[in-house]
Amino acid sequence: MTTTQLDTLRIALVGTPNCGKTSLFNALTGSRQRATNYPGVTVEKKSGRFTTADGKVLTAIDLPGTYSLRGRSPDEAITRDMVLGRVEGEDRPDLLLCVADATNMRLTIRLALELKRTGQPIMLVLNMMDLARHRGIGIDMQGLQEMLGMPVVTAVAIRTGGTAELLAALDERLRSPAPEAGPSLWEAPTSAQVREDQIKADAILRACVTPPKKPDTLTTRFDAIALHPVFGMMLLLAVLFLMFQAVFTGAQPLMQGLQSAFEFLGQIVRETVPEGLLQSFLQNGVIAGVGSVIVFLPQIVIVFLFILVLEDFGYMARAAFLMDKIMGGAGLHGRAFIPLLSSFACAIPGIMSARVVDQRRDRLTTILIAPLMTCSARIPVYTLLISAFVPDHSIWGVINLQGLVMFGLYAAGIFSALAVSLAAKLIMWRHQPPSPFMLELPDYKLPRLKSVAIGIYTRAMNFLERAGTTIFAMMVLIWFLASFPQPPEGASDPAIAYSLAASIGHFIEPVLAPLGFNWQISVALVPGMAAREVAVAALGTVYSIEGGKEASAEIAQMLAQNWSIATGLALIAWYIFAPQCASTLAVIRRETGSAWWMLLTFVYMLALAYVAAFATYRIACAFGLG
Amino acid sequence: MELLATGCYFCPMTSSITHRLGDLHCGYRGRISALSPQDAHSSISADELESRLLELGFVEGAEICVLHEAPWGRDPIAVRVDNMTIAIRRREAMAILVEDSSS
Repeated sequence: MTTTQLDTLRIALVGTPNCGKTSLFNALTGSRQRATNYPGVTVEKKSGRFTTADGKVLTAIDLPGTYSLRGRSPDEAITRDMVLGRVEGEDRPDLLLCVADATNMRLTIRLALELKRTGQPIMLVLNMMDLARHRGIGIDMQGLQEMLGMPVVTAVAIRTGGTAELLAALDERLRSPAPEAGPSLWEAPTSAQVREDQIKADAILRACVTPPKKPDTLTTRFDAIALHPVFGMMLLLAVLFLMFQAVFTGAQPLMQGLQSAFEFLGQIVRETVPEGLLQSFLQNGVIAGVGSVIVFLPQIVIVFLFILVLEDFGYMARAAFLMDKIMGGAGLHGRAFIPLLSSFACAIPGIMSARVVDQRRDRLTTILIAPLMTCSARIPVYTLLISAFVPDHSIWGVINLQGLVMFGLYAAGIFSALAVSLAAKLIMWRHQPPSPFMLELPDYKLPRLKSVAIGIYTRAMNFLERAGTTIFAMMVLIWFLASFPQPPEGASDPAIAYSLAASIGHFIEPVLAPLGFNWQISVALVPGMAAREVAVAALGTVYSIEGGKEASAEIAQMLAQNWSIATGLALIAWYIFAPQCASTLAVIRRETGSAWWMLLTFVYMLALAYVAAFATYRIACAFGLG
Repeated sequence: MELLATGCYFCPMTSSITHRLGDLHCGYRGRISALSPQDAHSSISADELESRLLELGFVEGAEICVLHEAPWGRDPIAVRVDNMTIAIRRREAMAILVEDSSS
């Protein structure tokens, strides 16, 4: 590595989970970061550039958190292979930055000892130094450097300028020739080796670190409530309930703002573009289609706001602890709670984050049921159908009935997921015992605005990208299907009755008729395969074209007038289960590496959807709502 | 140990015999005397379990305190190990032998 250009130095951040590695990465690179995949695997590669005080541009790579280089999961294997320079198409990093939480260094020091054996140039960064000082933890930096045999610097990732010392140390290193990587003495540690390392690490810490004068009693005190058998569960339920109420009611003003904006755009088109196909395309195909999807961005942002804040705060691990027994009973790992909770925003990141579950059996079960969690793409569909078919009443003056139904739909998703997982445990995994649940419960930390903002931004952009590409393409397609062939001169029926969409709708209608679905629904479900939220826009297009120029009325009103309540409820039930998302299926295929799992997911979800919608329709009809 | 005092508010004295961490309840405070992963009936191999426990800091001599028990069937448990908290199921915690810290 002596020939490496100094100013293209590649720095890899390595650390245990919860060490604050990602916040340090964010502090270094800010918005100059991008996420891609490592070649051949589906582990996210986060890298970004940053500039030192000397003006040198460096590349930082945020490697997946790990306790050792044994590589038990695909993510941990990437960390190992990157450190050892084994990843094809990736250069070995020039410098390892081992990131430690200065208030809790025990496991990271052991990791540093293991990393040292790889022979790579390495530097230890003690992050969260402000907190360590505040608690009165004394750290003998000189002693630590000598005993570890590597440079040690401090950082406060959450503070502006908190990385100054680290940047200065990097500049210092860049001024002299790059140190050569030594021979690698690393081999996968045996338990004896891990023990030896940990005992050595503990000895180093005893020699160099004095315990806190003011220990963190906040975590202890908060845990007394958060992990309490009764209050803890109440808190968890309250947090989840608050989240759903916020998603449903808190986003309303923003959504109305966006809605008005798109209506305004539609009006401009109506006034400036002459009546005809082009006007219809712009207004009904483009603006109404994209608008009806983007309008749900506020809700997605709110869901991710909750998830990211809870994660940063340290509550997610507590939730996993509280839920582990129930999850375990259903054949799931407590760790799967986090991927499954992410699936509430979108099954795709949920399925991808199932990588944190390291046993294949548990990981596959998690992936299998993740699409049953109520993802944000269902929100548009649920919102529309609920506002059309559930009265906007208050119960006891405080609980909104529509919000309550929404809560019920989330609950239905969760319980069916647990049931499917249980079935998988009893049918597919009869001969495989469950894997152990062991999870660090990190100290509580105030969520960092910056990292939450970066997280929300990334995810919002992902959603908009989908809305801007897949969904837009589908909208144009359905507009085409619904507009061509055009009605003959002097036709008496609405134009759509003569279109291709009608032919398709009529073709699949007999299959869906027992569920109370009319041909308009059948039409909407076909493009709805691209993504669930497309169905909303599709229904809008189908009905607004049918309604002609007076189509500006709310889609919801239209549905309430055209459908029986039983049909509306059946469609809601359908959407709890239906595999109406091609992207999710594609991701399942990619993550499991097999079309079989994708097919299994598709078939079982379709079967559940059909049964649920059928039952709902029949029961509702029996109550006279048909 | 100063560090240990950070987590435990209620630590009753018990007789100085060896226990399995998986059998203990809230408030127990002690020191890890040995790991015996072959006794845990875990789904992973004894050697793998031992490595994982060690990686999370369950090393002979480490101070432990049982802080919390989950609501359903008192399982898993949250254990203070040195100055960090680890959630672990009782089944795996059976591999950890502890003795009272007063002994």
